[in-house]
Amino acid sequence: MSAVILAADSVNVAQNVAFGIIAAIMIFAALNVVTTKNVVHAALWLVVVLSGIAAQYILAAAEFVAISQVLVYIGAVMVLFLFGIMLTRAQIGKESDLNNKGWALGIPVGVVLFALLAWVILDAFGEDTLPDRGPAPTVALSDQFLSIYLVPFLAISFVLLAAAIGAIVLARKD
Amino acid sequence: MLAVNFLLLAAALFAIGVYGVIARRNAVMVLMSIELILNAVSLNLVAFSLMTGAIDGQVFALYVIAIAAAEVGVGLAMVLMIYRNRKTIALDELSEMKG
Repeated sequence: MSAVILAADSVNVAQNVAFGIIAAIMIFAALNVVTTKNVVHAALWLVVVLSGIAAQYILAAAEFVAISQVLVYIGAVMVLFLFGIMLTRAQIGKESDLNNKGWALGIPVGVVLFALLAWVILDAFGEDTLPDRGPAPTVALSDQFLSIYLVPFLAISFVLLAAAIGAIVLARKD
Repeated sequence: MLAVNFLLLAAALFAIGVYGVIARRNAVMVLMSIELILNAVSLNLVAFSLMTGAIDGQVFALYVIAIAAAEVGVGLAMVLMIYRNRKTIALDELSEMKG
């Protein structure tokens, strides 16, 4: 009976199971990022979340974005974070004062925000199913970048250049 | 696969990131929470791209990744400079600008 319903809804069971497992790992890791007492552990839990996002991109048929996520986030941004942690801290290990005095205020804010977002999402897209598309061709992506999104593409390269120079100027010792 | 799966996961990550920004005292941890928020948004963009069949969502997700890389570079440089001048990166001790 349930198989009939699944077939009627054209729901891909393997995709759903993979999504559920990865999503559970990601939520657990994200909660650890914001609650752990150890800054280095927080950075390593963040690696788990970012890898999970890359896996979700592959499930969402966005290969190029997934590869960019791995290259940029896990390859570059995490190294920057680890450098930042190790250059700004004296000891590696537990710290007792990682949270603000009013940190408990964040719990109701986060819960209410999630409840509102979930309500709006379920109201708007409650029964929509995602169509079964093949992976998006990277050629189509590059066609977009080099035609209608060419000006933002050039602008973002200048943003990256400015950010790189600015970071060097800020962090340089005089 | 239901469309709300991706959107609810992104909403949960977004809420966790907002909690981290509010609760954390260490500037590097706040930057990590901002990364969570940005990733939630680009997951939403990719999900909408899959939903509509238009590839623009993936283009925007790539822009978000590039902006996030620039933001982390400048942000960590600022944190390093603050640490060198003040010997602390606790955000509640940086209150000179408070009236």
